[in-house]
Amino acid sequence: MIKNIILSGVGGQGILTIASIIDLAAMHSGLNVKQAEVHGMSQRGGDVQSNLRISDEEIYSDLIPKGKADIILAMEPLEALRYLPYLQKDGIIITASAPFKNIPNYPDENQVIETIKNSGFKHIIIDSDEIAKNLSARSLNVVIAGAVAPIIGIDSNVMKDSVKELFAAKGEEIVAMNVKAFETGVEYNKNL
Amino acid sequence: MKESLLLGAEAVALGAIDAGISGVYAYPGTPSTEITEFIQKSKEAKEKNIRSKWCCNEKTAYEAALGMSYAGKRSIVCMKHVGLNACADAFMNSAITGTNGGLVLVVADDPSQHSSQNEQDSRMYGKFSMLPLLEPSNQQEAYECVHYGLDLSEQMRLPVILRVTTRLSHSRSVIKNRKCHEQNPLQAKLEINRWVTLPGFAKKQYKSLVEKQEELESISEQSPFLKLVNGSGKKAVIACGLAFNYVMEVRQNNNLDFPVLKISQYPLPTKQIADFLAKYDEVLVAEEGYPIVEEYLRGFSNNPKIKGKLDGVLNRIGELNPDVMAIALGVEPTKAAEMPSFMVNRPPALCNGCSHRDTFEALNKAMSQFADRHVFGDIGCYTLGALKPFESITATVDMGASITMAKGAADAGLHPAVAVIGDSTFTHSGMTGLLDAVNENTKMTVIISDNSTTAMTGGQDSAGTNKLHLICKGLGVDEKHIRTILPLKSHLDENVQILTEEINYDGVSVILAQRECVQTAMRNKKKKAND
Ligand SMILES: Cc1ncc(C[n+]2csc(CCOP(=O)(O)OP(=O)(O)O)c2C)c(N)n1
Ligand code: SF4
Repeated sequence: MIKNIILSGVGGQGILTIASIIDLAAMHSGLNVKQAEVHGMSQRGGDVQSNLRISDEEIYSDLIPKGKADIILAMEPLEALRYLPYLQKDGIIITASAPFKNIPNYPDENQVIETIKNSGFKHIIIDSDEIAKNLSARSLNVVIAGAVAPIIGIDSNVMKDSVKELFAAKGEEIVAMNVKAFETGVEYNKNL
Repeated sequence: MKESLLLGAEAVALGAIDAGISGVYAYPGTPSTEITEFIQKSKEAKEKNIRSKWCCNEKTAYEAALGMSYAGKRSIVCMKHVGLNACADAFMNSAITGTNGGLVLVVADDPSQHSSQNEQDSRMYGKFSMLPLLEPSNQQEAYECVHYGLDLSEQMRLPVILRVTTRLSHSRSVIKNRKCHEQNPLQAKLEINRWVTLPGFAKKQYKSLVEKQEELESISEQSPFLKLVNGSGKKAVIACGLAFNYVMEVRQNNNLDFPVLKISQYPLPTKQIADFLAKYDEVLVAEEGYPIVEEYLRGFSNNPKIKGKLDGVLNRIGELNPDVMAIALGVEPTKAAEMPSFMVNRPPALCNGCSHRDTFEALNKAMSQFADRHVFGDIGCYTLGALKPFESITATVDMGASITMAKGAADAGLHPAVAVIGDSTFTHSGMTGLLDAVNENTKMTVIISDNSTTAMTGGQDSAGTNKLHLICKGLGVDEKHIRTILPLKSHLDENVQILTEEINYDGVSVILAQRECVQTAMRNKKKKAND
C-alpha cells in the first residue's frame, strides 16, 4: 500500500497541522512516512505545499512524481488546482470552498469551483462558511484531515488519537473542539 | 532504540546530540536553520549543557567551533551554502591546522534556489579544501553521517563536511536513534606546529593534508554509505546523495532492473567507480547540484559512455525530481491533467503591518525629490522592497553589501547613496563596511530597518538587538546623525523629513527604523501565553 498526498494552501493557513496529524497516525500504524515541506521565506501570502507519502514499503523519493498523487488536500480551491498535474486518474480532490484572495488577479471564483466540479476527478468541497459558523474558521484544517481519514488507509480512530495527541498540550477544550472538527470532516467524506 | 518523525535537518541535530557534541555554532540560513533550532529546543541538549546560541555570522561560528575542537571537544557548525563563502577563510585554513575534537561542518545547499541567491554546490568546497565530504541520501543516513563524520574527524584529525540539500533537510521521515556517545573531556594540547599557521609550520601541515588524500580515498572505498544495487543490462547509473532516491523511485515504479552504484562519500572511491564503469556500455551520472562527478568521469577525452547534465540528459540548472529522472532513464512520462489556463502565481509579499512597508513608503517619498534614485538593499524580508508596490531597492548582492556598495557608488560620485540593511544583516557583515565609510566621511545614508529579529529565516534572535545605536556611535558615526524613526503611517511626514535631512547631510548618517516584526511579536505573545 502506498498513498501519495499533496497538501496545499497559502502560507499561514495551517497545512502542516494536517500533515502532522497524518504523519503521527502513520507512524503509530507502523508505516513508512516521507513528508517534504516548504520552509524559509517568513513572509505570509505565498503558495505553499507539502508532499506526503505513506507506505508499508520503503519510500525513496521525497517528492511525488507527476500523475501519481492519490489525493490533493487543499485549504483553498485555486491551490487545489495548482497541483492537478500530480493527480492520478482515479485521484480525489478535497478542498475548502472559500478562495483566499490576496492577489489582485485572482481568477473568477465561480470558475475556480466549477473547474474542480467538472475536472472529472472525485471531489469533496468543504463549505468554509458553514465550518466557520458551526465550529470555527481556525479548525478548517482539522476538518479537512477528517475528510481524508476514511480513504487514507489508516484506521480513522488512530487518526483521531493523533488529533488528541497533537493538541493535548493546549488543554481539554481545544482538544474537544478539534475532535469535533475531525468528526465533522469524516461526515463530509460519507456524503461522497 | 527510539523512533521519532524528524526533518532531515532535525535528524542531523539529533545525530549531533547523540554523538556527543558539546556545542553547535551557527548563523541561520535556509535550509539549515532547523538543525540549530532543534538543539536549542531539546531538553536533552539542555541537560547535557550543549552550547547552542546563534552566532553573529558564519565566520564567527566556524572559528568558535574550531576553538571547541582545539580544546578537545566535539562540535558541529551549520550554515546554508552561501554562508560557507562568508567563512571560507576560516574553513580553508582549518584544513591546514586540522582538528583535535571532532568537527563536522554541516552545509545545506539549495538547488533550484528556493530561497537563495545562487545554487552553488558545496561539494566543490570539499575538493577545494581536500577535506572528506559526506552526502547522505535520506534522513536516517543524515543521522548516521553525523556520528560517522565526528569519528572520522577524530581519526583523521581533519574537519569533515556534511552536505545536505533542501529536499533532504526539509523532508520528514522516521528516525531510529542509536546509542549515545559521551562528550569528550577538556583536552587542549600545546601543538604549536599544527595550530600556528606561520609558513614554516603551515607548509608541513599542507604536505600532510596532501599525503592524507590516499588514505581518505581508501576510507571512501569502504564507506558504509556506499551501496551497490545489483541489476542486469548494459546500462547503469551512478547516483550521488539525494539523486539516489529519484533513481530508485523510477526503478521501483517501473519494475526496472538496471544496476546502481550509490556514492555518498568523497574523495571519490575511484576503484569502485572504475570497476563499475568497466562493466557497462552506458552510465548515467545522477547528482544534485553541479555536474562534478560527471565532469570528472567524462575527463578531457569526454568518455562517450557517460550521460548526465552536460549532454542535457538531465537538467543542468535546478534540482532533480522523479519526473526528470524518469525521462532520463527512458520512461514515458505519466499522462496527467493540466493546470487550468487561468492559473496565476501567488508571490510572497511583506506581511500586512510589516515595519519595512512603512520604511519603504517614507524612503520612496524622500527619494522622489532627487533625480537619481538608487538604493542599495541587502538580504532579508526587506529585499522584497525591490518588487511592486515599492520598487525602492535597485541592487542586492550578498549579506552586508548594501553599505559597502553604497560607499563605492558614493566614491564614484553618486548622490543620494542610500543603503537599506536589516538589523541581523548589519551585525552579520555590515559593521565593518560602516567603519570604512566613517573613516572617509563618505556622503551616504544607511537605513537600518531594525525589526529586532532575523525575520526571513523564521524569527531567530538578532545579535544587535538594543545595541545598534551604541554600535554605530562606537564605530564613529556622529551622534547627531544617528536618527531613530518609528516606521508607522502616523509618522510618515516626520520620517520623510528626517530622511531628507540625512540624505542631504555631507557625511555618514544612520537612520534606525525601529519596530518589531509582526510575526515575531505574535510568536512571542503566544509563547508567553503558553508559559
Ligand atoms: C551569508 C548568508 N547567510 C545567511 C543567509 C540567510 N539569510 C537570508 S536573510 C537573513 C537574515 C535577515 O535578517 P535581517 O537582516 O534582520 O532582516 P529581516 O529578515 O528581519 O527583515 C538570513 C540569515 C544568507 N542569505 N547569506
Ligand atoms: S516576517 Fe516580519 S519582517 Fe518579514 S515580512 Fe513579515 S512582518 Fe515583515
